[in-house]
Amino acid sequence: MGDPTAAPFEALGQVPIVLYTCLAIVVIAVLVVAGILLLGWWGSLWRNWITSVDHKRLGIMYVVLAVVMLVRGFADAIMMRTHQAMALGEGSGYLPPEHYDQIFTAHGVIMIFFMATPLLFGLFNFVIPLQIGARDVAFPFLNNLSFWLTFAGAILINISLGVGNFGRVGWLAYPPLSGLSGSPDTGVDYYIWSLQLSGVATTMGAINFLVTIFKMRAPGMTLMKMPIFCWSAVVSNALILMIYPVLMAAYIFLTLDRYLGFHFFTNDGAGNPMVWINYVWVFGHPEVYVLVLPAFGILSEVVPVFSSKRLFGYSAMIWALLVILVLSFLVWVHHFFTMGAGIAVNTFFSIMTMIISVPTGVKIFNWLFTMYKGRIRFEPPMLWCMGMIFTFVGGGLTGVMLSLASADWAFHNSAFLVAHFHHTIIGGVVFSYLAGFVFWFPKAFGFKLNRTLGIASFWCWFVGFYVAFFPLYVVGLKGATRRMQHFMDPAWQIYYIVMVVGVFIIALGILSLVLQLILAIIHGCKLKGNLPVGKADPWGDGRSLEWSVSSPPPPYNFATVPQVSTTDAYWQMKVEGKPIKTSGFQPVHMPSNTAAGFWIGIFALILGFALVWHIWWLVMLCFIGAVASFICYSFFGDHDGYYIPAAKVQEHEEAFARIEAKGRKA
Amino acid sequence: MSPTMIKTAQAGGHHDDGSTRILGFWIYILQDLFLFATFFANFAVFSASYSSAETPKEFIDLNFVLIETFILLTSSITYGFAMIGVRKNSVSATRLWLFITFILGALFISMELYEFHHLFAEGAPYLRDAQGNIIPYANGIDDGRGGGIAAYWSAFFSLVGLHGLHVTAGLVVMVCMFVHLGMHGLTARNKARLGCLSLFWHFLDIVWIGVFTAVYLLGVL
Ligand code: HEM
Ligand SMILES: [Cu+2]
Repeated sequence: MGDPTAAPFEALGQVPIVLYTCLAIVVIAVLVVAGILLLGWWGSLWRNWITSVDHKRLGIMYVVLAVVMLVRGFADAIMMRTHQAMALGEGSGYLPPEHYDQIFTAHGVIMIFFMATPLLFGLFNFVIPLQIGARDVAFPFLNNLSFWLTFAGAILINISLGVGNFGRVGWLAYPPLSGLSGSPDTGVDYYIWSLQLSGVATTMGAINFLVTIFKMRAPGMTLMKMPIFCWSAVVSNALILMIYPVLMAAYIFLTLDRYLGFHFFTNDGAGNPMVWINYVWVFGHPEVYVLVLPAFGILSEVVPVFSSKRLFGYSAMIWALLVILVLSFLVWVHHFFTMGAGIAVNTFFSIMTMIISVPTGVKIFNWLFTMYKGRIRFEPPMLWCMGMIFTFVGGGLTGVMLSLASADWAFHNSAFLVAHFHHTIIGGVVFSYLAGFVFWFPKAFGFKLNRTLGIASFWCWFVGFYVAFFPLYVVGLKGATRRMQHFMDPAWQIYYIVMVVGVFIIALGILSLVLQLILAIIHGCKLKGNLPVGKADPWGDGRSLEWSVSSPPPPYNFATVPQVSTTDAYWQMKVEGKPIKTSGFQPVHMPSNTAAGFWIGIFALILGFALVWHIWWLVMLCFIGAVASFICYSFFGDHDGYYIPAAKVQEHEEAFARIEAKGRKA
Repeated sequence: MSPTMIKTAQAGGHHDDGSTRILGFWIYILQDLFLFATFFANFAVFSASYSSAETPKEFIDLNFVLIETFILLTSSITYGFAMIGVRKNSVSATRLWLFITFILGALFISMELYEFHHLFAEGAPYLRDAQGNIIPYANGIDDGRGGGIAAYWSAFFSLVGLHGLHVTAGLVVMVCMFVHLGMHGLTARNKARLGCLSLFWHFLDIVWIGVFTAVYLLGVL
């Protein structure tokens, strides 16, 4: 076998789609950069966003990254589905196998690690400090650094589109296919290093939010008075803390196999590929709970607001979360019942998998009872939630089918499985995150997203999902396996054509979402970026503390740290009719911005690239650069922060009080 | 304005408070524990996977490793004295003990590197062909002949090496602490930093006891 780093630009020459996509991306990137420079926005972008340590701004940056990656991942999905609809029997489609394999790998990796995870951290960032009555996160600089490392990972994975290629190994990269013998070129290295970067970032984020929640809650907010979204964040971050090290360790081992002639997951040298499969699923199963528990948290915030009732079963929710935390570690083998672990092992994991649906069911009933006899308002966030409850139950049911070890011998790696996990992940995770996104958007910007487009977006996603994925269950039962570039049986074509129709209905949903955002941007441009102080509770019936401050919130969040005595702290304030304080403010201490995170991110990006292409001098240079930036920040960075003068606080709070008074009269 | 004043000025629990930092570091150590746990499990899985390579028995000198162990354990004690210096607000005592700790840590790392070098020089970890010759391995390029090091040794070097890298990182931070102490003395922030490093250093000691037992004692005896 030859040099793995040979022919980096082969794909550009041979696959026209890749060439045109890359050209388009480069042109758009150049236009955006040129536009920013010409309009003179660079300085403000640098000061207010890139170097910002404000959790609200970082949250927004994470969400922007996630939306861009959603479009990227969805473009992959459209390509796969349109190709598959043509590639049956005599037809050969338009994607050669070697390209198709890269696409499903990139789609899976991008959707999970660069779409869902950043969206999650965007919501954590924006919402958690506001919900617990804090002025920022515990470690603002690390927060900024996490973002830039995630960003570096996302860029690195997208560079593989043009320079070299991506892995052809599926999103969890099973060896020996992902080892040097199965994947001699650099595709898998892109996979390893981009995920290593995002893994470090995610772990740092988890530490940050755990400390924030444990240390910085407003006085009086005991753990059992904390909003459920924060509780779900505790459990989700605790899971991250325990599982990401396992994934990172597995990647380190695979790296050593590939770069230095170690033998962990090889067939020779006494290695054993099944060990990898255990590692990635010890990570992989809890990872789905990392994503879905905060989704449950979002529903527990949104449903009460739009039912105008308090959440049913607050403490049952928390216990269900904690039970899932434990059980999620006891089910990983259900991803490879076919390994042949024996009856006792498979039976154990089969039963545990069924049991885990019990606490999940508890939650579903809690939301239903919250809605029961409530005054339900069908605003977009609530539509997403109701769509989620309906769809997620269905996905859970097919999950129970898959949990039967004996049946799984037939379902394993079939299209049925692919339909199942999209059912839960789109129905459970994506719908909920979008609910959270439209729910908290007016808090971030002071105005709501266009309602009609929001409703259109929901219905397109909802209907499109069923059209796109139910035929997949059927072909799966008929025997279609996953990750296939071509099927022999032309009779399945009709199913695949229906699925394409579904995918395009989802595309309309994404389009509506993007249009909503474009309208919002136009609105922002009309105001020249100076968003006026908006009223606290745009949806009405807000219950937790984030709705007690102005929208958008001031940089310091809370002029005076609130005193909490119940769950639903803001609701309590409204009941007591507490007036907004307009005098007697103290100066507020704030952390200073820093460029260190950005530079470390850039070094990390180049470091990853150099590792992929075996450019060892650049590896050394960037590694030293990244470490030195960190150390320099610790020596010379501004750790003392600055003060926002009391007069400024007063000015903002007075404007806020005026708006609120007007709102109340109307 | 000095950092201590700021600390008292931030009512309502703000960042950069020493206790927040220390809690964050505890949580970091927890996640590091999971990383090490995976490496330990990995070593256990491959603990008899020698393939055509040598077994560790003839190549590892337990006495040598025992000395290594004592050096590292002693460095934990000397770090403890450094922390007593911190409590007493004595920069010079802190510096002195930190310096001694640094020397011991560096000695440990040098001995470990020497041991690794020795193992490779003896050819212990390499896979061999039927005649017992080492199969050549071209750097980063699989030449299809399956050279390299056996699974047991892969797990061995990654576990011991991970610990070694941690110790090295600790040494780098120690050097930075000298600079920090030189710049500002024993401020509240530097005390918190030294506290975190202390947690880290003791943690690495405990992990080493695990490595010594699982890798060296169980592997060689
Ligand atoms: C929005 C509509 C989506 C469509 C139409 C879609 C379509 C597809 C298709 C066609 C495949 C490949 C199936 C195969 O050939 O085996 C796939 C795989 C996958 N998708 Fe999606 N997907 C969508 C959304 C998502 C989302 C939101 C996520 C996660 C957050 C996701 C995660 C995955 C994963 C992990 C794989 C497996 C990749 C692999 O085989 O290794 N997808 N999807
Ligand atoms: Cu699972």
